[in-house]
Amino acid sequence: MSKFKKASGKGLKQINTASLPDIVFMLLFFFMVTTVMRETNLKVGVIIPEATEIKKLEKKSLVSFIYIGKPIRNLQKTFGSEPRIQLNDAFATPDDIRDFITSEREQMDENDQKQMTVSLKIDQDTRMGIVTEVKQELRKASALKINYSSRKKIDEALLR
Amino acid sequence: MAKREIQEINAGSMADIAFLLLIFFLVATTMDIDTGISRLLPPMPEEEELDDDQEIRERNVFVVLINKDDDLFVEDGFYDVSELKEMTKEFFLNPNDAENQSEKRELTTDYFGTMMVSKGVISLRNDIGTSYGKYIAVQNELAAAVNELRNELCMQKFGKRYDTLDPLNETEADLISDAKKVFPMAISEAEPKSVGGN
Repeated sequence: MSKFKKASGKGLKQINTASLPDIVFMLLFFFMVTTVMRETNLKVGVIIPEATEIKKLEKKSLVSFIYIGKPIRNLQKTFGSEPRIQLNDAFATPDDIRDFITSEREQMDENDQKQMTVSLKIDQDTRMGIVTEVKQELRKASALKINYSSRKKIDEALLR
Repeated sequence: MAKREIQEINAGSMADIAFLLLIFFLVATTMDIDTGISRLLPPMPEEEELDDDQEIRERNVFVVLINKDDDLFVEDGFYDVSELKEMTKEFFLNPNDAENQSEKRELTTDYFGTMMVSKGVISLRNDIGTSYGKYIAVQNELAAAVNELRNELCMQKFGKRYDTLDPLNETEADLISDAKKVFPMAISEAEPKSVGGN
């Protein structure tokens, strides 16, 4: 009959999968090289605000993170729903920030200490009161380089 | 001695193992590049010089206030965030030498020669109840205004936008620092005052 039926009539040929491991290993190495290990488990929900004048943060080893936001859903029973500060893996108060900065600084190379940047990942609905307190503590700890973490605003003109 | 026969290892499960590892790394790692608005906080003043604020004439201060309801007050009235950028630019440029906009002084730089630059300073103050999102939106507009001024300046003199200049290139790095001198990111945030009530 037709040409096309003949080919499939002979039964499926086994595909050679010998190179499959190689492909998967290649993917694996790609991800191992390009990604960074997750360091903290977020205990606060943070939706960072949008901005246009943003810059990339270079050198992740020089950056310390401070998270501020409402505790996540299943922690709200114990910690309430008021915005909290998270340093590393635990909730903290503004008074803990100075110790946190000192210990982060000690982990760094001496030459890099001046370039230390603190990235503030703050939920956009947080009130400024707590943010100002944190900023004052950072000034006291003389960690003056800060970065208000924000994501790129999508240009509305492009969407149209 | 009998020669032992070398058996071939079955490599069929290799793909499974590799997949397992791959999925582990996909889950345990992050790839996101962090972005944000960089700022330099002013150092904490020493106790003695607390009230030793520099005298700045009133017309040189561009007052930006945000209240607890996220309303924006600029200089003389309430405005929308979208208007802030143009107002900031006009305040710094002061094209008509208006009385209520910033004064100018002479500044000589290597690349731009002698020109009149603004003495203006932005004073940003917010309430405890201001939302962080609004605060960042305002910070962003102010930064955008200064960046646009620098862009226009570099475009005029060199036909190149400020934000396309490469800091690793020596001449362009000098150009960047000169443009920064002409239009500094002069945002002063008032010391927070805890006022009763709230």
